[in-house]
Amino acid sequence: MADKTAAEQSRHIHISSKRKLFTLNLGEVWRYRDLIWLFTKRSFTVTYKQTVLGPAWIFINPLLTSLVFSVIFGDIAGLGPEGVPQLLFYMCSNGLWSYFSSCVTGNATTFTANAAVFGKVYFPRLTTPISNMLSAIIRFGIQMLLTACLFVYYLANGAVTPHWWAWALLPIVVLHLGLLGMGVGIIVSSLTTKYRDLAVLISFCVQLWMYATPIVYPMAQIEGGALKTAIALNPVTAPVELFRYAFLGQGTVAVEGLVLSVVLTLLCVIFGIMIFNRVEKTFMDTV
Amino acid sequence: MDNSIRKVAIKIEGVKKKYKLGQIGGGSLQKDLQSWWARFRGKEDPNSRLGEGERIKGQTFMALNGIDLTVYKGEALGIIGGNGAGKSTLLKLLSRVTAPTEGTIDLYGRVTSMLEVGTGFSGEMTGRENVYLNGAILGMTKAEIDSKMEQIIDFSEVRDFIDTPVKRYSSGMYVKLAFSVAAHLDSEIMIMDEVLAVGDMAFQKKCLDKMRDAARKEGRTVLYVSHNMNTIRNLCDRCIVMHKGKIVYDGDTEKAISLYMNQGNSGSGVCYDYTDIKRPGVASMRLELRNLRMVGRLNNTVSKGDTLELLIGCRCNSGGNKTGFRFEIRSDNGDMVGTVFSDKSLVFADGEECEIRVKLPTDNIAPGRYMAVALAYEYNSAGQQVYVDRVEPAMFFNVVNEKEGAMAWLPQYWGHVHFDDMTVEKTD
Repeated sequence: MADKTAAEQSRHIHISSKRKLFTLNLGEVWRYRDLIWLFTKRSFTVTYKQTVLGPAWIFINPLLTSLVFSVIFGDIAGLGPEGVPQLLFYMCSNGLWSYFSSCVTGNATTFTANAAVFGKVYFPRLTTPISNMLSAIIRFGIQMLLTACLFVYYLANGAVTPHWWAWALLPIVVLHLGLLGMGVGIIVSSLTTKYRDLAVLISFCVQLWMYATPIVYPMAQIEGGALKTAIALNPVTAPVELFRYAFLGQGTVAVEGLVLSVVLTLLCVIFGIMIFNRVEKTFMDTV
Repeated sequence: MDNSIRKVAIKIEGVKKKYKLGQIGGGSLQKDLQSWWARFRGKEDPNSRLGEGERIKGQTFMALNGIDLTVYKGEALGIIGGNGAGKSTLLKLLSRVTAPTEGTIDLYGRVTSMLEVGTGFSGEMTGRENVYLNGAILGMTKAEIDSKMEQIIDFSEVRDFIDTPVKRYSSGMYVKLAFSVAAHLDSEIMIMDEVLAVGDMAFQKKCLDKMRDAARKEGRTVLYVSHNMNTIRNLCDRCIVMHKGKIVYDGDTEKAISLYMNQGNSGSGVCYDYTDIKRPGVASMRLELRNLRMVGRLNNTVSKGDTLELLIGCRCNSGGNKTGFRFEIRSDNGDMVGTVFSDKSLVFADGEECEIRVKLPTDNIAPGRYMAVALAYEYNSAGQQVYVDRVEPAMFFNVVNEKEGAMAWLPQYWGHVHFDDMTVEKTD
């Protein structure tokens, strides 16, 4: 019987008007892990039902974008990388960027897009951004399969020399990018409950952000000076460069850039969860 | 039972909930910065507006104004009150959809809230997939849902369609499935907002029985809000009446219902003030119904056959159109009894404030307790009636038959309408 009393006590919920500044409550999120998974599954089911090509769209979209990037930025503008197959470079960069940007924009509307559900029932709100990030990771993984096919082809031809030892870092880099995107996304979503303008602004800003990140050009193309410093300060730069360094054997990895990026990511996530916690309690009254 | 040994399920202490009136935030960063700058310099906020009224201070409104309540384990508590009394706000706080402005709430046990059936249902997904998703949103794990899947499908009566996307469902099937999920949760506390008003009569009864069993046999705590007094009577063993954000009565269900049915702004129910009543669904209040009083009466009991004489105070916000009036009359268990229309339309001028005299005959209304919804309507270009104001509840009244030798009316068999007598005679 002692267990039961303990269980009953753990189910005690106290609601008060006072709020703590930072509550993570990961235990509660973990109890709702099935919900996170179902949300993730739903995002795939709902997107691809009643489409002719179905999940093939996950391939088609990045393939076409990478081809266009390769022609416009690589061939016409001459921004492409040296010593690496151009198409592979753009497949890789484009995959990374669309992963990051979907983490930002997917989470930027967490509150407004889910207002109908949030307004009727309680569950840890953090499950929504986590499941958004999870589906972005899965999409990225599927795109990477296609990139891997291309990679194997070039590898057999000896056109690419990856740094195999750095591959161990790849999962961390993916998680890092995802967390950064989620952090920015939930900050924006918390603010959008009050200022709707931000929802419009963010999709536009993310587009511009891509040009401030070495996506359509490698970092090596940038000459020194203020521009290079600005791009190096961008927290997305270091993980993208590190990813390509490992995967393609191309790019420069600056330790100070990585440290800065990790610090900024942590700040974004902590601040994001703080403001998210604040908003989730009462956003139904203002949304 | 002695309260000291009963286990507490819900304890609410001094809870208040404040809402801002008017457009909130409005999405304008500029105004917010302006207000902030004014406050920073210690000046008056240029964007604040002063209102009046006891519940309305500045631009805020107290939806709940000091609630204290203790609910014990195994109790089925009914919550009744007019529109805008704060019932739904209280349920929202208990379901943790929004947080109180002041005060504390302690919940002992897992809480399931059914403020709506089928929260999170997605039309593209099949019935079965939606059961999983909805169950998980309500706090079940996948294993729990797996073990109850068969029971849920049986209860919902939609087994044949369980693997069809729910967008192909009829609305009845949809709510049946949704309710079945909620009804099979293993939670200690269940919070429901009129969700039983779904499906056909047989299904409603099934739901009600299920809820009653949950409270009486399984010892769960049920909180139930409804305007249907019959379901409250059937389900609840204790009832609170809310009025203007406060609990005005707590105790016996029958007493609570009779208090609510006789509740006007004055004790005897002959005067009503509508200025504070929310008007959901009224697009433009072109003619505002402001108050109502019964003329020449000390209470709201009418002798059958008498004419109920009313004065309705109105203000015209946008005039020039022909405006008609109607009362929709409901019985105390929420059944629609009938509607009475005004014999002619009236025309008002912009900004006009006046009183309308209404004479409502009661010959055909069977003895009983009634609630009326008042509507003012105009005709649109397609010739349809569009209402320009709607007040619910507009008034409560009792009809009694005081004629000598009058028979007792049995509404459960005879309904609420007493038609004129038919003539019978023997033919030669």
